[in-house]
Amino acid sequence: MNNEQSLIYNQLFEIKGGNFIDAGSASVNVKKTLKLIGIPSEIIYRVSICCYEAEMNIIMYAYRATLDFSITPDKIVLKFNDEGPGIKDIELAMKEGYSTATSEMREMGFGAGMGLPNIKMNSDEFYIESEENKGTNLFIGIFIDRKTDNHDKSEEIA
Amino acid sequence: MKIKELVEKYSLKELTKIYQPEREISGGYSGDLLSDVIANAKKDNIWITMQTHLNIVAVATLKEIAVIVIVMNKEVPPETLKKAEEEQITILKTELTSFQISGKTYPEIL
Repeated sequence: MNNEQSLIYNQLFEIKGGNFIDAGSASVNVKKTLKLIGIPSEIIYRVSICCYEAEMNIIMYAYRATLDFSITPDKIVLKFNDEGPGIKDIELAMKEGYSTATSEMREMGFGAGMGLPNIKMNSDEFYIESEENKGTNLFIGIFIDRKTDNHDKSEEIA
Repeated sequence: MKIKELVEKYSLKELTKIYQPEREISGGYSGDLLSDVIANAKKDNIWITMQTHLNIVAVATLKEIAVIVIVMNKEVPPETLKKAEEEQITILKTELTSFQISGKTYPEIL
């Protein structure tokens, strides 16, 4: 992890579970900041996908969460820490198409079972840890100098 | 094809203002699953969907979608239109199905 001195930008967002009205607003803010700073658009593209999927997971399943968004010279980091039901089986949740979404969520266009797989595919570093009835922590890192290659990703299941 | 030309040619109903009438539409995506659209739609696309929930605005903003076209004359909730106006996203409507409007616009927008 980068030390504080190398931070270019840091912002903390609070995300409320069930708040579909503001859903996606943290992601839109993150995107606007990256654009202002002049981050290349292909990087912004990948950050946006990761951020939106993680934010929507919180809106749908968690009670509350924080998003710690930071930019260093090398990478963009999104750290989501939520209080919520947690994920019972992370391996299963990582499978494309697997979803525990309710029919209401599906009617709104969610629950494709693509959220976590989309994040993994679009990030360079991806760590997830979850405890049932407690919450989920997600670490997403995207390197600024890399473009679209997705190899060399690490995943750690705690 | 420009947004204003799309509106005229296919008699699309304007649910919001047309924010960038001169903006060139490049390619498109038809889909109702937001994760699918967020993963696969591209900048400057036309997005054809039957989804009307206000989250379509966040998806369109994040992906820099040129215009959203709602199919089958589906009612769009006022909160979606309000959000679209805040983010300056143009939302249009047609009585056609996704298949029909995708097919009609495909040769000109691809």
